Amino acid sequence: MKYSDISNRRVDQRLKRRQRAERRYRLYGQVAITLALLFLLMFFASIITRAVPAFYYHRVNLTLELSPKVFAGRQGEPLPRKITERQAKSLMEDAIALELGALAQRERLRRALIAPLAALELKQLLEKEAEVRHRLGDRLLLPFVLNSAGENCIRNACANSAEVDDFGLSEGQRQALSILHKRGLITRHFNLVFFTHSDSRSSESAGILGALLGSFWALLIAFLLAFPLGLFTAIHLQEFAPRNRLTYLIEVAIYNLAAVPSIVFGLLGLAIFLNWWHLPRSAPLVGGMVLALMTLPTIVVASRNALAAVAGGIRSAGLALGASRVQVVFHHVLPSAMPGILTGTIIGMAQALGETAPLLMIGMVAFIAQAPLSPLEPATALPVQIFIWADHPDPAFSSRSAAAILVMLVFLIVMNSLAVILRRSFERSG
Amino acid sequence: MKTQQNKKEQIAPKVVARGVNVYYGEKQALFQVKLEVPHRRVTSLIGPSGCGKSTFLRCINRMNDVIAGCRVEGSITIDGLDVSSLDAVALRARIGMVFQKPNPFPKSIYENVAYGVRIHGLADTKDEMDAIVRRSLARAGLAREVSERLNDPAYSLSGGQQQRLCIARAIALQPELILMDEPCSSLDPIATARIENLIAELSRNYTILIVTHSMQQAARVSHRTVFFHLGRVIESGETTQVFTNPKRKQTERYITGRIG
Ligand SMILES: Nc1ncnc2c1ncn2[C@@H]1O[C@H](COP(=O)(O)OP(=O)(O)OP(=O)(O)O)[C@@H](O)[C@H]1O
Ligand SMILES: [Mg+2]
Repeated sequence: MKYSDISNRRVDQRLKRRQRAERRYRLYGQVAITLALLFLLMFFASIITRAVPAFYYHRVNLTLELSPKVFAGRQGEPLPRKITERQAKSLMEDAIALELGALAQRERLRRALIAPLAALELKQLLEKEAEVRHRLGDRLLLPFVLNSAGENCIRNACANSAEVDDFGLSEGQRQALSILHKRGLITRHFNLVFFTHSDSRSSESAGILGALLGSFWALLIAFLLAFPLGLFTAIHLQEFAPRNRLTYLIEVAIYNLAAVPSIVFGLLGLAIFLNWWHLPRSAPLVGGMVLALMTLPTIVVASRNALAAVAGGIRSAGLALGASRVQVVFHHVLPSAMPGILTGTIIGMAQALGETAPLLMIGMVAFIAQAPLSPLEPATALPVQIFIWADHPDPAFSSRSAAAILVMLVFLIVMNSLAVILRRSFERSG
Repeated sequence: MKTQQNKKEQIAPKVVARGVNVYYGEKQALFQVKLEVPHRRVTSLIGPSGCGKSTFLRCINRMNDVIAGCRVEGSITIDGLDVSSLDAVALRARIGMVFQKPNPFPKSIYENVAYGVRIHGLADTKDEMDAIVRRSLARAGLAREVSERLNDPAYSLSGGQQQRLCIARAIALQPELILMDEPCSSLDPIATARIENLIAELSRNYTILIVTHSMQQAARVSHRTVFFHLGRVIESGETTQVFTNPKRKQTERYITGRIG
C-alpha cells in the first residue's frame, strides 16, 4: 500500500468526523437561537396582550338636558358662566334618569359607573361653550368617561354574577350598564389620556406624560454631565496621558466603575447630592446626576475604544505636517472617532433610561400628578412609573404598566437602532 | 548631468548628522550615525529590515519625540541649525514626510492638501488657497485625475493616487526637505513608476531623503545611497559607486543578495 493511500484514508476518516462535529455545532447554534427567539416572542406577546386594554376605554353617550331647575333659572335663558361641579353632576344624574327611566338611586348609579373626571370635563365644556350656543332647556348628546368599575364591567360583558363584584357594582347597577350597552350608547375610544396626562389616583385619567418628562429631564441632565466629562476623560487618557502607574490605576478604576451595581450609585446620590448638598429630593436634576455617574464609565470606555480604533497613520500625518498634538486630536482623530463615541453614548443613555434602582434611592418614586416642567420639580421616571403601577391591585393600572413598558421599549429600540445606523454609516465611510 | 551634480556637491549639505544615538527604552537602535544629505539631491537609505532607517528619518523631523521612551543623542543640523534647538512644530512645517502606507485624512481631496497650509496660515484668501492646492496637486502629478472631484473624500482614490495626494499635501507647504519612508511599498509597478518620475521631477527643487527596500529603485532615483546595517552607517557614497563598486563587504553582500 502506498503512503498516499494511507494518508488519504486517514484524511477521509478525519474529514467525516469533522463534518459530523460541524453539523452538531451548527445544530446547537440553531437550537440556542430558536430558544432565544421563543423567549423573546413570549415576552412580547405577554407584554402586548397585557398592554392592549390600556390603549382604549369606553364612554357612555347620554342625552343631557340643561334643565332650568338645576341652574335655578328660566327656560331659554343663557347658561351661567360659572358652573359648579355639583351642578354638572346633577345634570349627569338627570341624563341617566332620562335614559333608564326614573330611578331611585341615580346618584349612587352615577358614582358607580361614571368617572369623577367626567363631571369636571362637563363643567369645563359647558363653561367654554356657554355664551356661544347653549340656553337653558337645550338637549345635548355628550359622551362621559366610565370609571374603572364601569369600564371593568363592560370589558367583562357585565357577566359577573356575584352579588357585588370586585369593584363594588351591585346586581342592579350592572344591569343598568348592560341596558345602556345594548342600546348602543357605549362607545370605544382610543386612550389619548394615557399620553397627555400624568399619574392619577383613578385609572381612567392616569397617563405617562409626567413619567416621560421626568425621564426626559433626567436623561438630558445625565447627557449634559456625562458626555463632556466622559469624552474629555477618554481623550486625555487615550491621547495625552503618559502611560504610567497612575493612569493605569485610573483606567482600572473606570473599568471597575462600570461593574458597580446601580443601586450603589443611588446610595451615593442620596448621601452626597441630597443629604450633603441639599439638592431637591425627587427631582430629575438629582436623578440625572446619578444616572450620569452610572453612564460615565460606559461613555469613557466606548470613547477610548473609538479613539484607539482610529488609524495611527492619521496622527503621524498630522504631526508631520506640523500640527500640534491637540490639533491632530481635534481636527482629525476626534471626527473619525465621533460615530463610535456617539454609539457608545446612545447605548449608555438607553441603559440610563431603563435604570430604576438608583432613582428609587433618591426619592423619584412618589405619587406625582403634575408633569415636571423643569428638572427641579419632583417627578418620577418611566421605569419607576412602571414599577409603581405594576403592583397596583386595579387591573387597569397593571395594564397601564404594561403599556408603559411598551412605550419604553419603543424608545429603547429607537435609540439602539440609531446607534446601529451610526455604526453602519461609520463602517461604510471609514 | 554629472557636471551639474558635481557643481551641486560644492554647496553645503542640507542635513548633517553627527554621532546620532537613538534608544527605545533600554534598547539602542542607532549607533553613532554620521551622515550628510546634499542639497537638492535624492539620497536613498537602504539596509535590511530593522536596521534603523525609519528611526533615522524620524530623528530629522523629530517625530521620535512623540514615541514614549525614545531618546535621541548627538546632533542633527539642517542648514547648520540644530533640530533640537528649533520648535518641533515649526521644524515639521519645513520638512515634508511621506509614509509607507498612504495616510490621507478622512476628509476631501481639497481639504487634505489645504490642511497644512491652513494651520500655518500660509494662505490669506480662498483664491490663494485654491492656487496652492491646484499647484501642489499638479506637482504631484495628480491634477488631471482629480481636478473635477476635489470635494470627493480622499478615500475614494486608489492607493497610488492616495500616495500622490500625500506627496501633494507635503509639498503644499513648500518644504526644504522631503522625507519618504518606503513610499512605494504598497503600490503596483505602474504607480511606483509614476512616483519615481515624480521624485526625479521634485529633486530639482527639493532635497529628498528616501528609504527603500528596492535596490532597483534606489539605483534609479537616487544620486547618493547610504547603507545601514544593525543601526550603523556602513557605507555612503554616489549611488553608482555604491552599487557597482562597494567599498565594504557587507554592502556588497546585501546588494547582491537582494539583486541576485
Ligand atoms: N516605537 C518603537 N518602540 C520600540 N522599538 C522600536 C520602535 N520603532 C522601532 N524600534 C526598533 O528600532 C529598530 C529600528 O527600527 P526601524 O523601524 O527604524 O527599522 P527600519 O530600518 O525602518 O526597518 P524596516 O525596513 O522594516 O522598516 C528595530 O529593532 C525596531 O525594533
Ligand atoms: Mg521602516
